[in-house]
Amino acid sequence: MSTKSSDHDPYVRAEIAPPSGIAFPHKHLLGTWGLDPTTIQHLLDTADRYVDQNRRAQKTTPICAGLTQINLFFENSTRTLMSFEIAGKRLGMDTISMSTGTSSIKKGETLLDTAATLNAMHPDVLVMRHADSGAVKLLSEKMSCAVINAGDGRSEHPTQALLDALTIRRRKGKLHGQIIAISGDITHSRVARSNIYLLTAMGARVRLVAPPTLLPKDVDRLGVEVYTRMDEGLKDADVVMMLRLQQERMQGGFLPSLREYYQFWGLTRDKLAVAKDDVLVMHPGPMNRGVEIASDVADDFDRSAIEEQVEMGVAVRMACLDILTRNLREGGEA
Amino acid sequence: MSITAYTNARLMDPASGLDEIGTLTVEDGRILAVGAAATTTGASHIVDCKGRVLAPGLVDMRAHQVDTDAAAAGGITTVVLQPDQTTVIDTDAPVERIRRRAKDYSSVRVYPMGAATKGMHGEEIAEIGQMQEAGAVAFTDCRRAIANAQVLRRLLEYANYFGALIVQFPEEGSLAASGVAHEGEVATRLGLAGVPVEAEVIQIERDARLAEMTDSRLHFALISSAAGVEAVRAAKKRGARVTAATAPHYLHLNENAVEGYRTFAKVSPPLRTEEDRKALIDGIKDGTIDVIVSDHDPRSEDVKRLPFAQASAGISAFETLLPLALAPVHAGSLDLMTVLKAMTFTPAKLLGLSSGTLNVGANADFVIFDPAKPWRVDRSAFLSKARNTPFDTLPVQGRVWRTIVAGKPVYTGEPS
Repeated sequence: MSTKSSDHDPYVRAEIAPPSGIAFPHKHLLGTWGLDPTTIQHLLDTADRYVDQNRRAQKTTPICAGLTQINLFFENSTRTLMSFEIAGKRLGMDTISMSTGTSSIKKGETLLDTAATLNAMHPDVLVMRHADSGAVKLLSEKMSCAVINAGDGRSEHPTQALLDALTIRRRKGKLHGQIIAISGDITHSRVARSNIYLLTAMGARVRLVAPPTLLPKDVDRLGVEVYTRMDEGLKDADVVMMLRLQQERMQGGFLPSLREYYQFWGLTRDKLAVAKDDVLVMHPGPMNRGVEIASDVADDFDRSAIEEQVEMGVAVRMACLDILTRNLREGGEA
Repeated sequence: MSITAYTNARLMDPASGLDEIGTLTVEDGRILAVGAAATTTGASHIVDCKGRVLAPGLVDMRAHQVDTDAAAAGGITTVVLQPDQTTVIDTDAPVERIRRRAKDYSSVRVYPMGAATKGMHGEEIAEIGQMQEAGAVAFTDCRRAIANAQVLRRLLEYANYFGALIVQFPEEGSLAASGVAHEGEVATRLGLAGVPVEAEVIQIERDARLAEMTDSRLHFALISSAAGVEAVRAAKKRGARVTAATAPHYLHLNENAVEGYRTFAKVSPPLRTEEDRKALIDGIKDGTIDVIVSDHDPRSEDVKRLPFAQASAGISAFETLLPLALAPVHAGSLDLMTVLKAMTFTPAKLLGLSSGTLNVGANADFVIFDPAKPWRVDRSAFLSKARNTPFDTLPVQGRVWRTIVAGKPVYTGEPS
């Protein structure tokens, strides 16, 4: 497609196509576990190009026009839901969003009945969030369209990990060899899990830093280094990724108080001093300021990539929607 | 009365150690003669067993449903029903009702366990004496361990007066809490809440001390871990009157079976590591684990095909009990007599039942099976009320040929 045509076309026709010989070898995107580096690279490269497109005045492309995207969120979310909705719309898709309040699950319908109902409406992509680990996988087994996991329980949140990886890659130039400290509530975090699988697959050195009560058993077997002290875990880190303290899941007496948590595991300038000078600070949001992160660190323009992560989120989701529907259209592996 | 003779059978009776080729004759629902010397004299009906094993019928100490046809197909002649029914069995009335219904409608023998505490709430001792008189064979709060040490102490003391067996589920509730899988690498990776091994060990160690303190009998319902086996072993060594059971799924599967959120492999306690699995087999071998139960818990797809945390735990296990229990025998890690003893004589003895033996005069409850017969588990062919098994399509060896209760065939497999 020529530059000339885009000058007159109401849509910018993106020249985004997979590099030759690479296809997404999965029907769904349920997690980053098991994704190979080439596939990840391909997703990130595609997303990279959508970042450029999103910065233009004309952001929409009709490559997915006529396709239907359903966003089914059984758990509250603002940024992820909006991000997927914007991503779909920018690709020209018809997007429909449904959250718990309007779903029939509230009326006692089972997840598989919901799947059957949705399936009958012939969507092309289903984006789903659910409070239970494995729920998205279960539903995907009954759907004929592509399913994207937008977060299930404490299991996975693959697009978050991809957008984190894209942010790091753009800032640092590479993922391989980077020392990335993920700090906070590892036990309850699907973001941590997806990041561990993706970043270790890409050759990054992943460290987990958390109080012992928020570290799940045998987590060291996932190919990560585990620390309980911030000064040790953050030492020489290239990236510090803070996690939200999931206070709604803190019923079991994991921590004595938020005040104490902040003192020992909250990210402050002092604690960050042991990391590399050009350390990148990240947070998947929403942030609890003064709990897991100090405001002056979160708002540090030079170091914080928190807003950039949100921007990358739209591009990554566009890439995922594009690639998965392309796979469908071209008869990829079912 | 007519006499039926089962000839050419490998007679195996763990109660007496009998293991020889011979004949067993039945008259009036009881065993008339058994052994190499037994003859067919006077028999009106002769069944040639063609060298198959003839052993006492299996006594399954832990089932959550009666499921008669499936039990008979599995070679089970005595089913012990757990008290966690729609109406909790915690008084003599439901015990009597179950016993009466079983006599009228069941092809196999059915005995209930009564609840150990009222409503299985773990607070007040249930009417053990009355339930025992009505036919309850043991007392348990099923999947809930009695958490309050003082309640368990009183319960053991009280049950001792009646010679009643208390069965405790070895899982410390607060540690297990919302756990749905073994706390370890797999659960961590899948983002599932875990049940640590310590939940089992701590419960066993505390309760074994209470059994010693009260000089009472205490049976642990389902052991799933190496540490659990060790805790029972240590308690027995100290002289505690404790016994323990496990189920074939713990001998066959490890935590990897829940990969992909396979809810058919969701059981309680959860499947643990490979080391745990091997330790359980060793536990049976050295007698630390006394009993093998099915923990038969048929569940409909409606409650199984749900997100892992929401799905019910349990396996439809009657029809796979024998072949799965025989697998360690074929693998050379256990001998056939040991396995049969854990499924016949020992549970019968613990429960005070007269079955579980081929002694002359005993109930003619027995199973005839071909231990080497290869087949493939096919859940679509299950006679059970539900087909929730993680073993579908698994190649196994050992198949029931006939199940006899009170001298009458209640299951007939393939023709001779």
